Amino acid sequence: MSDNQEKLTEKDFKDPYEYGFETEIDSDFAPKGLNEEIVKFISNKKNEPKWLLDWRLAAYKKWLTMKEPNWSSVRYPAIDYQDSYYYAAPKKTEKIESLDDVDPKLLETYNKLGIPLKEQEWLAGVAVDAVFDSVSVGTTFKEKLKEDGVIFCSFSEAVTEYPDLIRKYLGTVIPRTDNYFAALNSAVFSDGSFVYIPPGVKCPMELSTYFRINAAGTGQFERTLVIADKDSYVSYLEGCTAPMRDEHQLHAAVVELVALEGAEIKYSTVQNWYPGDENGKGGVYNFVTKRGDCRGNNSKISWTQVETGSAITWKYPSCVLKGDNSSGEFYSIAVSNNFQQVDSGTKMIHLGKNTSSRIISKGISTGNSSNTYRGLVSIHPKSNNSRNFTQCDSLLLTDNCSANTIPYIQSKNINSIVEHEATSSKISEDQLFYCRQRGLNEEEAVSLIVNGFCKDVLQKLPMEFAVEAQRLLSVSLEGSVG
Amino acid sequence: MKNFLKIKNLSISVEDKIIIKDLNLNINKGEVHALMGPNGCGKSTLSNVLAGKEGYNITNGKISFSGENLLKFSPDERANKGIFLAFQYPVEIPGVTNINFIKTALESNRQYNGLDPLKPGDFLKLIKEKAKLLGISDENLKRQLNVGFSGGEKKRNEALQLMMLEPLLAILDETDSGLDVDAFKIVADAVNSTRSKKNSMLIITHYQRLLERIQPDIVHVFINGSIIESGGPELAEEIDKNGYERFNNV
Repeated sequence: MSDNQEKLTEKDFKDPYEYGFETEIDSDFAPKGLNEEIVKFISNKKNEPKWLLDWRLAAYKKWLTMKEPNWSSVRYPAIDYQDSYYYAAPKKTEKIESLDDVDPKLLETYNKLGIPLKEQEWLAGVAVDAVFDSVSVGTTFKEKLKEDGVIFCSFSEAVTEYPDLIRKYLGTVIPRTDNYFAALNSAVFSDGSFVYIPPGVKCPMELSTYFRINAAGTGQFERTLVIADKDSYVSYLEGCTAPMRDEHQLHAAVVELVALEGAEIKYSTVQNWYPGDENGKGGVYNFVTKRGDCRGNNSKISWTQVETGSAITWKYPSCVLKGDNSSGEFYSIAVSNNFQQVDSGTKMIHLGKNTSSRIISKGISTGNSSNTYRGLVSIHPKSNNSRNFTQCDSLLLTDNCSANTIPYIQSKNINSIVEHEATSSKISEDQLFYCRQRGLNEEEAVSLIVNGFCKDVLQKLPMEFAVEAQRLLSVSLEGSVG
Repeated sequence: MKNFLKIKNLSISVEDKIIIKDLNLNINKGEVHALMGPNGCGKSTLSNVLAGKEGYNITNGKISFSGENLLKFSPDERANKGIFLAFQYPVEIPGVTNINFIKTALESNRQYNGLDPLKPGDFLKLIKEKAKLLGISDENLKRQLNVGFSGGEKKRNEALQLMMLEPLLAILDETDSGLDVDAFKIVADAVNSTRSKKNSMLIITHYQRLLERIQPDIVHVFINGSIIESGGPELAEEIDKNGYERFNNV
């Protein structure tokens, strides 16, 4: 139903930032600041085994010696890492058995976001692991998934229940010292999601997590680990919204994907962190490390993302194509408005033979924003007969925004082929007038043209996400034609 | 309705250059008018101004449509009030299918006029019926709007949109250009079939060809931004035979 997928404007989206509200819940804070004691506090709070505490501490020690990266195009005032809280959990006295035990205010928050957990149980076979602040509060469909042997739970729970899997795979795709923000996350990560799909199992439903930053001044350090065992398949959806606030908020998540022989992982994100106001005040700093490892032969990992939020986005979901015949995909829509800065792209590392990768990136800039695609395609000497196709398109809506495409291409194998195409364009007056002559108002016209521009990527999203993504695009671009 | 479209003493300039001078034109409901003139006489300027395109300086005069001051409305308001411009050069919109574009336009139009959207089934039936009349295949309905379309295919699309939107005033800007003989007949006859007592047409052309199939009630000769003579269909025949020379000397 491509028809439906193109359904465009939602006129009820008139608020500058609809999800800008804050739920009043007593949070259980760790003291402000970052030091070894805080790392221990977090680990202790979660009743973690010693090996994990040691792992965190090693990451912390390494982090202390590292420097914040400055090679990207994003610019922001220095972050005071001692001026933030690193742990906040919704208060709970006893273990939550069902959604009925969840704080009603929390559920109300989700309702405002349009994701009523209870109703979701009935909807579309989507299991939701909702991350509120740092601790998961409700996981649905667990039983049904269990029948197939699928594990879908919070990261903390996995540490307790499936320590062998965690120990085997944690940090094997993104080493705890991979980069500054990954090291920080490794030291202080609070919670996140864990998925394991057993051999030969096609996960019976789309798995989905909604993230939401709450509690003023709390950084989010989510950690997600998805493992698809031999010949299995999983589609994972991640969506984010955050309440409005003035302070900048640091978000440094880590997502690791492992696809074993013949397995396929599809990871989709709709990201709508608070982008700051029209003067560039406030907004989330989003420094994310996402990487998938096609570890087995014939494995496949696909990243699809729609990014409309955050004051700063620094994010490069990547694929390491180790297995022969493995393939990686990156489909991205990045929208920047007002004073948002986006530096995003992907890395496709071809190591195995006959590996293939495909990159489709659509950047839309408006206001005074800057939008940079930065990507690396690297083909190693032993990666025979591999190929990559990259297409980067930029659409500019105003005269004050900027779009840059910075592709890095390294091919060390003579039998491999790398292709790169790039375009940049502006919405033309004639296109707008044509649409308006047919009865669309200016915003509807922009939305229609932008959705058309993004079609190749929107088509890659699961249906329910595609609709949400289109709403987001419309909201993000309201009043943005210059 | 008399004076459904009423243009009074209209003067338009672009960057200090006068394009239209003291133009007067009245179109009653149910009438088809043809505006004939050589290239560069200001025909497209007039159609753009009627549709509300920016960039034109209206130095004098008034335009009313259905009793309202047309100039105060935005392009989309004008469209939703029933003014349709069949473009001489329709634009391409990548990624947006033909059918979805028409659906979106029709929904905007219906919403503006307080109507519920058509049911998907009814819409599909209607568009297929109209597309068939124009020889547009299902496959072409699913193609991206005008992307890679030939000139003739684009004009068929314009005609399809016209038939789907059922405007009160259709302005056809050089709709016959770029059409081969067969397509020309199909498009002209399809457009002609939309004629009724409830709607009007303004056909802008410099050949008589189109007017053989869509017979106008009144023909205007439009030269250097003014109407210099008006008459019946015989005026178009005369131009076809002798060209515009006689009028250039007026």
